[in-house]
Order: sequence, then structure tokens, then C-alpha cells
Amino acid sequence: MMSSIKKLTQKRLFLPIFSMILVMLINVVYDIAMGGAPLGFFMISIKNGVLYGRLIDILNRGSEIAILAIGMTLVVSASGGTDISVGSVMSLYAGVCCLILAGYGNVNVQQYAHPLLAGIGVGLLVTLICGIFNGFLVAYMNIQPMVATLILWSAGRAIGLLLCNSQIVYVRVPSFQKLGGYCSIIPTPIIVAAVCVAIAAVILHFTALGTYIQSVGINKRASRIAGFNSAKIILMCYAICGLCAGLAGMVATSRIYSADTNNIGLNMELDAILSVALGGNSLGGGKFSLAGSIIGAYTIQAITTTLYALGVSSAQAPVFKAIVVIIIVVIQAEPAKAFFKKLTKKSGKEAARA
Amino acid sequence: MTFPGVKALENVDFTLKKGEIRALMGENGAGKSTLIKCLTGVNKFEAGEIHLEGFDHPIVNKDTMDAQKKGISTVYQEVNLCPNLSVAENLYIGREPLTKLGTVNRKVMNRQAAALMKQLELDIDVTRNLEEYSLALQQMIAIARAVDMDCKVLILDEPTSSLDDREVEKLFTMMRSLKEKGVGIIFVTHFLEQVYAVCDGITVLRNGQLVGEYEIADLPRVKLVAAMMGKDFDDLASIKPESTGDKRKEPMVIEARGISHAGTIKPFDLDIHKGEVIGLTGLLGSGRSELARAIYGADRAQTGTLKVKGKEVKIKNPIDAMQLGMGLLPDDRKAEGIIGDLSVRENIILAMQAKQGIMKKIPMAKQCEIADKYIDLLQIKCASRETLIKQLSGGNQQKVILARWLATNPDFLILDEPTRGIDIGTKTEIQKLVLQLADEGKSLIFISSEIEEMLRTCNRMAVLRDGQKVGEIDERDMNQMNVMKAIAGGDK
Repeated sequence: MMSSIKKLTQKRLFLPIFSMILVMLINVVYDIAMGGAPLGFFMISIKNGVLYGRLIDILNRGSEIAILAIGMTLVVSASGGTDISVGSVMSLYAGVCCLILAGYGNVNVQQYAHPLLAGIGVGLLVTLICGIFNGFLVAYMNIQPMVATLILWSAGRAIGLLLCNSQIVYVRVPSFQKLGGYCSIIPTPIIVAAVCVAIAAVILHFTALGTYIQSVGINKRASRIAGFNSAKIILMCYAICGLCAGLAGMVATSRIYSADTNNIGLNMELDAILSVALGGNSLGGGKFSLAGSIIGAYTIQAITTTLYALGVSSAQAPVFKAIVVIIIVVIQAEPAKAFFKKLTKKSGKEAARA
Repeated sequence: MTFPGVKALENVDFTLKKGEIRALMGENGAGKSTLIKCLTGVNKFEAGEIHLEGFDHPIVNKDTMDAQKKGISTVYQEVNLCPNLSVAENLYIGREPLTKLGTVNRKVMNRQAAALMKQLELDIDVTRNLEEYSLALQQMIAIARAVDMDCKVLILDEPTSSLDDREVEKLFTMMRSLKEKGVGIIFVTHFLEQVYAVCDGITVLRNGQLVGEYEIADLPRVKLVAAMMGKDFDDLASIKPESTGDKRKEPMVIEARGISHAGTIKPFDLDIHKGEVIGLTGLLGSGRSELARAIYGADRAQTGTLKVKGKEVKIKNPIDAMQLGMGLLPDDRKAEGIIGDLSVRENIILAMQAKQGIMKKIPMAKQCEIADKYIDLLQIKCASRETLIKQLSGGNQQKVILARWLATNPDFLILDEPTRGIDIGTKTEIQKLVLQLADEGKSLIFISSEIEEMLRTCNRMAVLRDGQKVGEIDERDMNQMNVMKAIAGGDK
């Protein structure tokens, strides 16, 4: 019994999953305390013809963070740094996409100026270029990742705002809202996130990309001698991260069918970085677990949603979020792990004696 | 103390007298490094006691800092200093002289550092960054740091493996003068002649157990080797057949003309034939490694032309060289060889994967098969193929890197100091492997600081001096005397 528990705790994904379950438990306890159904948190019903429930809400609202977490995981692993421009790039996507769909200067349109696919295509292309730009600075110019991505962190949002003539551009066309709305009964963002994660997982499984990235992240010089083009791989990771930011921006824009460049993706980069950390990945680069990051992303959203459900106002929520994050990050830290190991060892010995 | 799957040290007694230099000998994985780490508090030991002069009770070192305070200082096999700090900062890290305000007093620190360098006759500007100096000088600085902290016990773990003869002599002078002052020194090395040059006693370990403690006079070289290997002395000299025939009739594999890399190697010509082993010899920093690196593309060649199997090629990056059938085992294993956090399996298949490209992942079953094959073939000691390479001993790490290249089935392999910091048994294995590869028709460049080793394996030697190739020595002229003369530059 003891040994099987020990084995379980040593699994890589144990702590991310444990954190997730912890957040869920808080919900259950709260529901019971408030006299609600004990498993109200997990309840899924159909209201107004679509799926409804807190779980669905978390999956839906967590889509953007999950998509960002994919790119961020690769960037952190390969370069040992973070891309802090993703939130800003999401907003840039919104600006570009709505500019094309609405035409410059129009703030409220009922029909497309150009086809929807052109808007999405050009938007994603721009974010991909943003990623390549970041990657070029980091991989070929040897600029610190945070400094390199600071450029687009500040410029991305501003350019988006310029493209929208400093106004919120509304695209009131049903097909535009589809990506942020519902696909039959399922919220479309969940499907978009699931497809992105699935594509990433398939690529990592069937190509050697994972080995390449981890090898470069652990030892750049040795990887070069062993035949990897370290710079190219780092560039590629940043490019993928830029594209992920575009996809996340696509969902966020469609959700509010407008380019609110001041607010789309605001502070989202921090959630993305936190997902990677919560997933048990070292922010120093090297080995990574995509599954861990994705679980981390939804855990963050679960915390936010739970806080709102508990009646915490959106102004106070960040404080509580910080407390929860501190707890989760500390129990995953090496010294804490060593402490727990000692504890289980001791109790194991005592159990054996008894 | 245990390492995963292997018990690293078992019931070992070790005694060091005041003013004694004691060699700690054993093959890779014998437990030398573990014993030292136990003494210095890096590893916790599970049983036993340590007694030290001046303490009337057994001491327990919490960490290396604690050990240093009690008077036990260590210089490790690989330089463990900060390359991006200045020499003075490295010397006084953790014990910087302070000003009244509590900030670091750089003036005093630099002055003290400079005085220390002068005392040890090292020509070093202490305000420059450590990384600007060669590996050998970095090693000397690490020793200077340990020496400067008033110590009772100085532990030198393979300090000479990257030093040339002149520097080794300087180190020995330093060791002898410390001995006069009553410092006890534990000297770990693989160079037998150095043991007999400087030590008073020898302690031999094998497989984590004590073989014996000897006075130097009681243990001649042959018996020492026998004690280390646990078998009778296997004559190392006789591994190469008398005559290997003239390889120069074989087709040319590498034809380098006027290749150079600014600041490291001046333009050189070099021909390498099929099945030939070329030794590159010269003092440390003479451009031996740099010549090989320029061919391989590790440092991009700026001038000259390179023909591989008669075809002119352009090599920009190592991967280009690999596609032409080359491989390079670099001399700095820690910085350019191992990928520490990856497993033995992943480290072995790395180059093969790079050659196949990112889209063609080697299937897991195949990876395991290849890893197992080489673990068995090269007798790599590891708990399993999934053990992280950083948990292996130095010699076994080197074997993994060797396996990485053998897995790519290269036509031309460059081995830069493949036997540095490796025990005598593994050394012979690697030398035999070199000859066997040559027999199979592969061409090799072999670089080593040990001339004897090169004489045993090479068909021809190229001599380098001050970044320039100054000549070649044919097989029939190859002997210790001629090589030494060529390195030194004439009969002087």
C-alpha cells in the first residue's frame, strides 16, 4: 500500500493532477457547505440547447490559456526563457483580423469587407511572423528571451490599436461569432483547444521534435556538435509560440465578436507561463511535459472560475489566485518534495514497525 | 552512500597523515569521487565516522562550505568555477573582503588575488573573466583558490588531466611546498607516473571497496595496476600489430588544403587515407583540437578547400560533416559531449536521429535495441538504459558519447582526448576499439596528451605548434624521442 502510494507520488504528472483535484475538492466542500448538491461542480446539463455547468465553463474559458501553454512549453524548454509577448500578439491578431473583415475606419459592420478565411489567414500569418521575429532575436542575436519579447509585448498591442484607428471594431456577423460561440451543443473554443492540443501531441509523438527541443534546451553546444541546428530549433519554437498566440487571439476575438485591442489577451502571458510552471516543468529549460502544461492551464482557469463561484469580486480575485498559486508552486518545489519524501519514509518505517 | 542501482561505497577505511601526499587510485566507478564527496559533505554517508585533527569528536560536514571551514578543501576533476566572473571574484567567491559598508572591496580583492597569482608564478590578469583563460589555467586557478583557504587537507581530484608537463611540474612544486607546511594532500589521478613522482602512499579502491593502503616503496607499478584491475597485469604495450602496412596506397578520405580558422589555427594541409589513424600531437593550446574542429565544422573554416572522398565539399555546421560520414568526440565532455538530463538511451541515439532528420523519428523499440547493443558492446556501467547520463561516472559517460558516434556508422571519426580522466582498463579498451575501427576501414583522427597512447594506435602523426601544423612523422620514425623533439621544435 505504502509503496504503491510512493510510486504514484513519484510519477511526473502526479503534482499537476493533484493540484487540479485539490481545486475541485474546494468546490465540492463549498457546495456542501452552502447546502447545494455535493457534486454540483461536476453537474453538466443542457440549458437553452447548449451544454451548461461549471466544468464546461472552465473548459470553455480555459481554451485560450491552454492554446498559449502549448507554445510557451516549447519556448521554455528550448531556450530556458519565456515569451512575454503572447498576450500582446493575441491583441495584434484581433486588430489585423478585424481590420480586414471590417475595412479601415469602420467600427461596426454587419457584413464582411473580405472573406472570413482571409481575415483569419492574414491574422495568423502576422502572428507567425511575430513569433519568427522573437525567435530570430533570441536564437540568432543571442538576446535574452525576456528582453527580446519585451519589444512585441509593448509594440504588439499598440500596432493593433493603430490598425483599429484606436477604436473597438465590432464585426456583427454570425459566422464570425461561431468560433467563440457554440458548435451544436459544445462551445467551439473547447473544440479549437482540443484540436490544437491533439495536433501538438501527434507532432511530438510521431516526429523527433521533442528530443530535438529538449536536447537543445539542456545543452546547446553539445547538441550542435551532435548535429542539431540549435538556433533553427529555438527559432521554430518561437514561431510555433507566435502561431499559438494567434490561435488564442482568434478564439478571444470571436468570443466578443470585436477587436477590443486594449483588453484582449491582457496579462494572458502570465497565465501561460504559470501553466508551464504548474505543469511541473522547469522554467530553466530542458525536459518538458506538454500534458503537464495543459493540466496547469485548466487548473488556473479552474481557480479563477471557482473564485467567481465563491462570490469573490473580479477586483479581489487576483489576491486569492496568488495565494492558491503560492501553495501549488511551493508543494512542487524540490525542497518541499524532499521534505514530503522524508515524511512518507518515516511514517512508512513506523507502519512497518507496528 | 548509494547511487541508483549500484552501491557506490562500502565499508572503506581511509587514513591521511599530516604532511603526507596520498594517492587515491581505482578504475572508473571504483568509488573515488564518492569517497571524496563523503569527506567534503557533498554526499551524506550512511555509516561510519570521520575524524580530523583539532576535533576531539567525529566531524560531520553539512556541505562543502562547512568542510572548508574545518580545513578540507577540494579541487574537482572538472573546473567548477563561474566562467563569467573575473579571476579575482572566482578566487574569493563566498569570502570576499568587505568594505566598512559591507559591500565587496574590489580593490583589496584584486590586490590579494594578484599577489596570490604572483606567489604561484601564474601570469594571469585577475580582473579578466575566467573564461578568457584556457582550461589548464582555469584548473590552476581552482587549485590556487583551494590553496589560499588555510587548509589541513587538500583534495585534488584529477587536477592534472588537462595540464601539460610544464604545468604539472609547477603543480607538483606547489604540492611539495604545501606538504612542507604540514598539509595532507589526497591526490586522485589516472597518471601512474605522476603517482610515483610525488606521492608518499597509495590507497587503492575497487568496486566501492578498499583493496589496501600501501607505502609507495611497497607497491611497484605493475602491482598497482594489478590491484586496481583486480587481475594480473595485462601488457598494454602489445595491442598493435608490428606493421600495419602502408595505408597511403588506400584511397583518400579527407583532403584538406589551406584550411584555417582565425585566431585558433593557421592554414594547414592534411591528407587522411582509408583505414588510417592520424595522431595530432603538440602542447596544450597548440591547435590540435582546433585543427580537427575546423575540418568537422565545429568552428567554421574561413579559408581553404576540403575534399571528402575526392569530392569538394562545403561544411558550415557539424550536421553537414555528419552527412558526409564524419563524427567528433569533443574534449570537453561536460560542455560539448553529454546532454546531462537525457537518458543513456537518448544520448546514444542523438546523432543518429540528427542524421535522419526531425521527421523520421527512430521508433522506440529500435532506440532500445540500439542502446542495449552499445551498452553491452562497450560495457557501459549503468543501472538501466533509462538512467540519466549525468548520474554515470566520467568514463562511462565517455563510452556513451562514443556509442553515439558508432551508432551513426561513420567513415571518419575524430576522437579528441577520448581517454582523459578515464581508468586504465577503459583506456586500453578504447585504444583497442580505435585499432579495430581502423581495421574495418574507417579513418580516424586521434588526439591525446599521452604520447605513449598515440604511439600505440597511430599510423602517422601530425605535429602542431602555436596554432600551426609544423610537420608529420611517419610510422617508422615514430618513437617517444622523435615526437618530443618535433613538439619542442628541434634538438634544443
